[in-house]
Amino acid sequence: MNSSDQTTPLLEVRHLSKHFGAVQALNDFSMAVRPGEVVALAGDNGAGKTTLIKAISGVFQPTAGEILLRGQPVTFATPQEAREKGIETIYQDLALADNLSIGANIFLGREPTRKAFGFLPVLDRKAMAVAAKQTMGRLDFHVSRLDAPVSNFSGGQRQAVAIGRAVYWDAQILIMDEPTAALGVPEQRKVISLIHQLKAQGRGVIFISHNLQDIFAVSDRIVVLRRGVQAGERKISETNHDEVVKLMVGG
Amino acid sequence: MTSTSPTQKSEAHVAPQADHGDPARTWLGRIAEGRAWLFLAGLIICFEVWSRLSFGATFVLNPFNVQSIAIFAVAPLLLATGQTFVIISGGIDLSLGFIMGLAAVVAAHATNMAGAAIPLPLAMLAGILAAVLVAGVPGIINGLLISRLRIPPFIGTLGMFGVARGAAYLLAGGTTVPVQNSWFALLGNGKFHGVPYLVMITAIFVVVMHYILSQTRFGQHNYAIGANVQAARRAGIDIRGHILRLYVLSAMCAGLGGALYAARFTAGAAQAGEPLLLDSVAAVVIGGASLFGGSGTIFGTVAGALVIAVIQYGLVFVNVEPFWQFIAVGLVIIISVLIDQAQRRFSGARQDE
Repeated sequence: MNSSDQTTPLLEVRHLSKHFGAVQALNDFSMAVRPGEVVALAGDNGAGKTTLIKAISGVFQPTAGEILLRGQPVTFATPQEAREKGIETIYQDLALADNLSIGANIFLGREPTRKAFGFLPVLDRKAMAVAAKQTMGRLDFHVSRLDAPVSNFSGGQRQAVAIGRAVYWDAQILIMDEPTAALGVPEQRKVISLIHQLKAQGRGVIFISHNLQDIFAVSDRIVVLRRGVQAGERKISETNHDEVVKLMVGG
Repeated sequence: MTSTSPTQKSEAHVAPQADHGDPARTWLGRIAEGRAWLFLAGLIICFEVWSRLSFGATFVLNPFNVQSIAIFAVAPLLLATGQTFVIISGGIDLSLGFIMGLAAVVAAHATNMAGAAIPLPLAMLAGILAAVLVAGVPGIINGLLISRLRIPPFIGTLGMFGVARGAAYLLAGGTTVPVQNSWFALLGNGKFHGVPYLVMITAIFVVVMHYILSQTRFGQHNYAIGANVQAARRAGIDIRGHILRLYVLSAMCAGLGGALYAARFTAGAAQAGEPLLLDSVAAVVIGGASLFGGSGTIFGTVAGALVIAVIQYGLVFVNVEPFWQFIAVGLVIIISVLIDQAQRRFSGARQDE
């Protein structure tokens, strides 16, 4: 770790290991994400990227090592705990309820209610719509049809809704697993620009992708995993595709 | 090397913009959603014309016909409101018909027993309460089987169909159980300004259920679970608890249906809801719900139940052999599913199959 940046990392992972029986999925791995920083995680299939993000997001307990949030050691028993601490994972399959509006998706499971006629609790759709509009506006995503189900939107727009939900609930670390994989080229560019927005808001992003083009377009640093160990860490401005590929395949 | 450096230059115009919706698509979607009411209007016009041509008499303007159709629709509609919740969640409840039968028998017995000890109106209420509460028991078992033991709803409730059927016949002693309670009989057959009490109770009940489905968190979670159970789980919704409450709710709807059946016929019969189960599913589907879950409304189901009632009553009214009812209802079900699929394909929503 020879970064010149002196701010306390939002998230730091120190000497993290995860064993599944005899299989060493992750071995003595360390990395850090600072506010407003996008760190790309690259590696071949089975290199340990998924294990790492599952350990950070509370799905697995690491076998050894520690996770620090703003310098404080933390452990997560469940993904909910990680989310409450501000670590949100945006899954490839998006985890949206397609038949609900943007607002309803942002508030899914935490819907606000108001009292109709002074006594009858009803869903506060207006508050949800207003919050949806503001949140999506912060992502430069301007919606007029707030009542439309998200199935009406394109892949990139749905990705934006998933990110919007994380932003609304004030996630400080967003882990994005292949956010551009299922999208067409224009949509990929939209997601890249969304990540720039998150960065500008001072959030930390861990960006997992196979697409080096995307990684170079959006990341500040790249961490390469190979067979569960850190094969290298580079500043994007100081490296190139060839070097990264060599790190990934072990040249 | 042409690697793009992370410059900020072109963000503004590549930012995602919501599509502002194709108005024609939205419009067609509305029609598809309201198709059950269109069906209903079409049917009523058909029968009106048929009736005038054949008999020179009005069909729909005759208050007796309207009353009869409304009463006809009560029991299937009560089953169908519970079924609407279940189908939206992506499940199905096949046990409702015999839960209704069980509840009818319980209502008859309980009203009679209570009538020996307490005043008749209170005995009536005790009977209804007993029916609804007893109906909740198979609902709890359904809910536990499906949420804890992960039995598919189709199989779990099919098993309960048999259990409730047997229990209902055993409790009834294999016969119908007459009710001796003049208040109960009045509830089942009386009217207020021409509106049968049964229809009033059902109308109020339907409005309450509409409120639960469309305005509460329970209803909202129900839609989310039906669309994407993974998403609902990740959002922190208690899926098990929800499914349990869902099947209890649907069984209690059938319980109320059974109690009102006992009131209408002043007798409890185990087979009370036997022919109504499939009608209830049909009403939900005609009403616009998808059997894949995630869509449907209570008022759609109301229209669906009325479509079935109008077909059944109307064909009798214009003197067609009653067996044509089955064919007509079957065709309406098929047509409405075809419309649903066409609309989905057209609106570009992703298909699950």
